[in-house]
Order: sequence, then C-alpha cells, then structure tokens
Amino acid sequence: MSTLEDYKGQTPAWCPGCGNFGILKAFKDTMVELGIEPHQFTVVSGIGQAGKLPHYLKCNTFNGLHGRTLPVATGIRLSNHEMLVIAVAGDGDCYGEGGNHLIHAMRRNINVKLFVHDNQVYGLTKGQASPTSLEGMVTKNQPFGVFSEQLNPIALAIAIDCSFVARGFAGDMGHLKELMKASILHKGFSLLDILQPCVTFNKINTYEWYKQRVYHVEPEYNPEDRIEAFKKALEWGERIPTGIIYKNHRPILEERIPVIKDNPLVRQSFDQSRLETALKEFY
Amino acid sequence: MDYTIKIGGEAGQGIQTIGDTLARVFSRAGFHVFTHQDYESRIRGGHNFFQIRFSDSPVMLSRDRIDIIVALDKESISLHEKELSKDGLIVYDSSSLKKKYETPNFLDIPFVNLAIEHGGNKIMANTVATGAVLGMLKIRLDILFEIIKNTFKKKGEDIVKGNINAAMAGHNYAIKECIQCSFSATPISNPKMLISGVDAIGLGAISSGCKFYSAYPMTPSTGIMNYLAGKGKDYGIVVEQAEDEIAAINMALGASFAGVRAMTGTAGGGFALMVEGLSLAGMTETPIVIALGQRPAPATGLPTRTEQADLLFATHTAHGEFPRVIFAPGTPEQAFYLTNKAFDMAEKYQVPAIVIFDQYLADSGWTFEEFDLSKIKFNDYRIRGDEFKNLGGYKRHAFTDTGISPLGVPGDSKYLVVTDSDEHNEEGHIIEDAETRIKMVQKRLLKKLPLIKQEIEPPSLYGSSQPEILIVGWGSTFGVVKEAVDVLSKSKNIAMLHFSEIYPFPLTEKNPSPTPLPQGEGAKGRVEFDYLTLLNKAKLTICIENNASGQFARLMRAETGFEFKYRINKFDGRPFTLEGLSRELDVHIGRL
Repeated sequence: MSTLEDYKGQTPAWCPGCGNFGILKAFKDTMVELGIEPHQFTVVSGIGQAGKLPHYLKCNTFNGLHGRTLPVATGIRLSNHEMLVIAVAGDGDCYGEGGNHLIHAMRRNINVKLFVHDNQVYGLTKGQASPTSLEGMVTKNQPFGVFSEQLNPIALAIAIDCSFVARGFAGDMGHLKELMKASILHKGFSLLDILQPCVTFNKINTYEWYKQRVYHVEPEYNPEDRIEAFKKALEWGERIPTGIIYKNHRPILEERIPVIKDNPLVRQSFDQSRLETALKEFY
Repeated sequence: MDYTIKIGGEAGQGIQTIGDTLARVFSRAGFHVFTHQDYESRIRGGHNFFQIRFSDSPVMLSRDRIDIIVALDKESISLHEKELSKDGLIVYDSSSLKKKYETPNFLDIPFVNLAIEHGGNKIMANTVATGAVLGMLKIRLDILFEIIKNTFKKKGEDIVKGNINAAMAGHNYAIKECIQCSFSATPISNPKMLISGVDAIGLGAISSGCKFYSAYPMTPSTGIMNYLAGKGKDYGIVVEQAEDEIAAINMALGASFAGVRAMTGTAGGGFALMVEGLSLAGMTETPIVIALGQRPAPATGLPTRTEQADLLFATHTAHGEFPRVIFAPGTPEQAFYLTNKAFDMAEKYQVPAIVIFDQYLADSGWTFEEFDLSKIKFNDYRIRGDEFKNLGGYKRHAFTDTGISPLGVPGDSKYLVVTDSDEHNEEGHIIEDAETRIKMVQKRLLKKLPLIKQEIEPPSLYGSSQPEILIVGWGSTFGVVKEAVDVLSKSKNIAMLHFSEIYPFPLTEKNPSPTPLPQGEGAKGRVEFDYLTLLNKAKLTICIENNASGQFARLMRAETGFEFKYRINKFDGRPFTLEGLSRELDVHIGRL
C-alpha cells in the first residue's frame, strides 16, 4: 500500500493555476487508491510541460524525447509486461510530433496507459498552435488564425479501434481520478485525453470555457458500441462529453508474442550453452 | 584449384537458391568459399547474379575471371561471356532461353525437361541446374542430397524424392555430355562454416545475450532482423518491426531501460532518423547497439549496392557531446566478435555502440573453420533481483570515479530508476544549475572516454613488419587489400594495416603482434609496432576506401595528424576487385 506522502516529488515549476496541478493530484490519488507503490510502475514522459510530471511525484521514470513516449513505453512493456507503464505527453508532443507512434501503438494494442495533457496550445515554447487548437485561434506564429482543422483524438482513436478511449477534464479531479483508475485497470492500450486549461497562453479554452461545456456521459451510455461511440466522439463545441467514450476487449500484444508468454523477457536468463546449436546451422 | 561460378538471371528465377545451395555443398566438402551477390532494387525481372569462388586455399573476395556461368537468361550470357576463363563454360537450357549457342564453350542442358521427366515438376529445374554444375565439377551428390532432405522435409517425401531425382538427372547429364569439362575439385577436409556478414552480426547478437531487436526494414540491414526473428522463439528474443526508425531506436532504448540487452539496425537513411535517439542514449546513458549498413547515398542512392560513405556521419552525428563506440568489421568473423564487443562495451560503459558495415559485407558469404564461443564475453553489468533489492541506497546517475553509475532494473527494488533527456542530477531528475551540469558532463563524457579508449584495439598488420609500402583499409575492404598484399609481397616490401575498431580512434602506443605473412617473414613471433610510427616510416602509404572523399583518411588526419600520400577511392556502388585494385596500386607503386 502507498500513501500520498510516498508520492511527494520535486516542487512543480508550472505556472500558478496551471491545469497540470489537477492532473498531478488526480494521478497521485489514483495510485494511492489502487494501492500501487512508486517502484511498481514506470512513467515515460515526453517534452513539454506535461513531460515534467514524473519529476513532481515518485516513480520509475524515463523522461525521453518530444513525441517519442510511446515507442519507449512499448519497449519497456515488451521487456517487462509485469510493469505498469504509463505514458504522459502533451497534445503537441503526442498528437503532433508523435502522431505516427500513436497510430501504431493503438494498432499494436500494447498495454500502455497514455495520459495526454491536452491544453490545445504549446505551453513550453510559449503559445503556438497545437494540433488540437481551435480553427481560427490567433497566435504569434499563426497571426491569421489556425487554418488546419482541429484534430479529434477521440474520433481518431475509435477509428483505429483503440482498446480504451476516454476524455477527462483537469478541473473535474474526482471524475478524472476515476477515469485514470479505469484506464489502468483496463487491459489494452488506453488513451485518456485530459482537457487542461493553460492559464498563460490559451485565453480561449479557459476553466470557464470548459466548465460551461463538459458533461459526464450518461449512465446508460454503452461505450462498447463502436458506432455510438463514434457519434459521441464527434460531439465538440457547445457540449463536450467526458468519461469512457469507447472500449473493446482486443487481445494485447504482450500476450500474443510466444517468447514472453510464460515469463517477462527481463526475467529470462541467458543460456549460453545453447549457442552451439545456433553455430551448427552454418555448417 | 580456384574456381568461380556465376549464376545469372532475372530476380525471382531462383539465382539465390542455386547459389546458396552450391556454396553450402562446397563448404561442407571442406572448400574455402567466398560468395557475393549483385542485385537490383526490384523483386522480379532485371539482371542479377550470385557469384561463388571456391578453392583449396583461403579466399576472401570474388575474382573477375569466371569458370562456369549458369545462365538463366540471355543477359547472363551477353553481359558476362567476356568474363569466362580459357577453359570456362556457360551452362544453359536452350528451351528456356529460346536460343541455341553453338560455340564449344556452351553446354546446353534441358533443365526444365529433365525436371519434368525426373522430378515430376518444372519447378525443380533449379535443382537440375545445381546437380549439373556439380556434375561438371565431378563432385559427388551425397552432400546435395542431405541439403535437399533438410530443405524439403516439411514439404513431404515426394518433394524430397523429386528433387533428388532432378539433381541426379542434371548430374548424370553433365557427366555424360560435358566432354569439354576439365574441372577437378576433390573435397579436402572437414566441413567449414559458411556465413554472411548480416548473419554473423545476428549470431553475434544472440551470442551476446541480445533479447530485444526493433527495426524498420531497410537494405542492407534487413537480414539481421530476418535472422533474429527466425531465432526469437529458440533464444528468447523479441523482434518488433517498428513504424519508423525513430520508433525503432526509442523502443530499443525502452527495452534497455527495462533491463534487457537491446539492439536496432538500419541503413544510412534510417540512421539519419535515429540520430535524435542516439543522442538520447548518450544523455540517459542507456546501453544500445546499432547495426549501421552503409549503401551508396545521398538520399536513397543505389539501394542494393555498396559504399563506405557513412563513416564520418557515424562518428560525428547527433547533437551534443557524448561517448560512442564504432566498430567496422572486415569479415563475418570480425562482425561476429565485434558485435559481441559492441554489446559488452555498450553495457559496461552505458553508451551507444555502432557496428558499421556495408552491402558488400552484409551479403557476402565466407567460410571459416569455426567461431570460438569461449572468446565471447558476457558480463551482466546491470544490478537486478536481490542484489538491487538489498542495496544500501541508489542513484541512477550517481557520480563515481569511473563515471559509470549503477544501472538498476526498474521494479526489482524499492529504489526508483529515474532518467531524463534533460540534464539531470544524480537521482535522474531535471535540473538547470551550472555546477551539476559540469559534473554530469565530466561523468558522462570526460571520465568514461579515457577508459573506453583503453579498450579499443589497434589496427591489424598483415605482411612485412617494416613495410616500405603500407596499404591501409577499414571495414569491408579487408579481403581485397589482403589478397592484393599477398600478390604484391612476392616482389615488394609491403603490408596491410586494417582498422576494424575505429572510434574512439585507436591509441598509437598499443603494441600488438602483426599477423605473419604466409611466406614466413615476421612469423618468428611478436613484432612490436605502433601504427603511427609504421605509417611515418613507410615510403608509400595508400588509403583504400569505397567512397569518393576519403573519409577514413580525413579521420586519420584529424585524430593523429597523419596524412596519406595517396588515396584510392571507388564510388561506383560496386566493391573493389583484386584485378581493379592491383591495377591502381601498380600505378602508385610504379612511381616509387
């Protein structure tokens, strides 16, 4: 068992009021409530304000490159599938720089939990448009407004039959915690897109803006109906659904690889005595 | 005896099957064998060939002179007829080529008809051709039968029997009809091993305890992934085909972080995409081995051909400063041992280690008596299990005298394993202060580098121990330079200096013993030398490279100040040949 004290990390260097604080709090609460200890999981994070998250708690950490969280997380899981692996990235990080990796991680169905801090703007580089910025948003780099259509990560994920797709809101911590728990407990690749206000650079998608729009999906909503889920995924604007939007029970990659069926790779010792056989094949 | 067989035809006709099978027959019969392939970047059609040289003494490159051409298409004849030796023969099937050649150096064997008649299927025409070549050489079929049984046992008794009958039909036909055949090849000794460069790298990886390989297919490195994927189940290796090379190196780094030995492989273009990850390996001190197969570039270049033009790219690429190790094997044997050394050094010093090769080495088959497994080094430098659990304290990037910090396996202990691509403190957490930065650079780079340098072996010297003429090569030119020295040493005081451990550049004060010349000079025991003195004393130094700008010569100058008198560069996408290199060497030596 763990306590909140076990998860106390460095003092965050985020702006006061940053949506990341809500995510950090929900994350710690999730771990404590699930009884997970810091050494029992690994956070792989990218670059951006979200990428700093593991430094502000306690856990095994691989804080890698911008956009490259999922390949690293995949490598860790394939080598040790007894380790819980959570990838933490921002919207620019995961949907921009790392878009290709996201598509293929969802296809593989590697049992990695992906939490995307989606603030619809670039924070670390100071206010440029991100893939999820609203069309028309004016920034220093996009003085005529964003021309590209806003990426819909939820619809993208459902289209690729991602095993678990959810959306949370950093301003709704209790609900976010439940989504984090569900994501961790789900067997399969999980995308949790977390709407997160950037108090410094995003003056459009503020706490107020989100609060007026987000709602929890109805209790009778069935996330296992892919067509209904896709309809739900297309909802954006006046009303933004949060909760588990879609899930399925596809087999995970780790269970399909015969080599690691019985034992994680990292626990398999190296048997040098068998090398003679490999050599013989060349005669 | 020293014969060369060339099998030519379109892609998809089975050139490689015939070539591989014949080469295996020769190596099992105890001959020394060298094979090389020339193919176009296409799956069907075009013109490709597979060349086998076999001899009763060691061979390590192809020759221009061909003794038997197996022509599966007309182009094989029009393109290669002029390469035929005096008593050479072209064997073909006039019904397939729809042309009859009447000159005496042609042997028409009905591959297809014999296959249908004796094997029961025209698909066995290649087996007929294989049997026919062995008939021309008067080599018995028992070894071929063993290979056929092994290859086709899964397809059932009928297929095995059909192929055996087809082979016999070709063999008998050649013995009966080839009155002009004057070849004689008597099996000489115990079977030898026959292995290509890519297989040797793959075998080296397995022998080093590699457990994870992620890559994106790219010629000439794909063979490593094929080999390891085939061996994965038997040797406990996960092979993952990544969505791109960026993912490939990051997956391998994730696997390495999680506690297993990990590797990736690619060609120059893919390596360009991996460069960001290379720097990440440097910063996070995550061990990784990268196999880098060179091919003619820039950009896509000549995808299936050979070049040595990524040396300076490999030594200099990636942002920032961190140590790396680069090996450039000259033979499959060196590729095997150096892949092992790459793993050992990557794990020991927690650095990236690159094995750089090229298409020529990748696809060439060589024979060896054996690879010595007792020379394989395997030390698990990681802290895992109870050792990690019971440790008194742990910091992933702790400052130490050697700069090497403890590499723990995450999850095995309450201690957390934290690393960061940002500059970090001993715990692995992000920092920005100058003092920690300085200490980390000292730890990561300045402390480790001298230790790594101590482990880099100097070049090998072959030939005269006090050479007047010194021919220098690196990587895959080993075979051709060595044979050129063999030829020239009959009349000249000459030696080869071959570099296979390239970076960090070998220290000059190391004194290994040179390989003695077969003629006996220098065979009296160890001769001490340092390569720089040797180079400075030689009257003529020539650097041989399969590139246009002389990258190794530049590296030599940058690292030691030594400048070669002459360079011989070949950049047509093809390997050096003995005849071609000898001609160029003669020009330079003539000036002496």
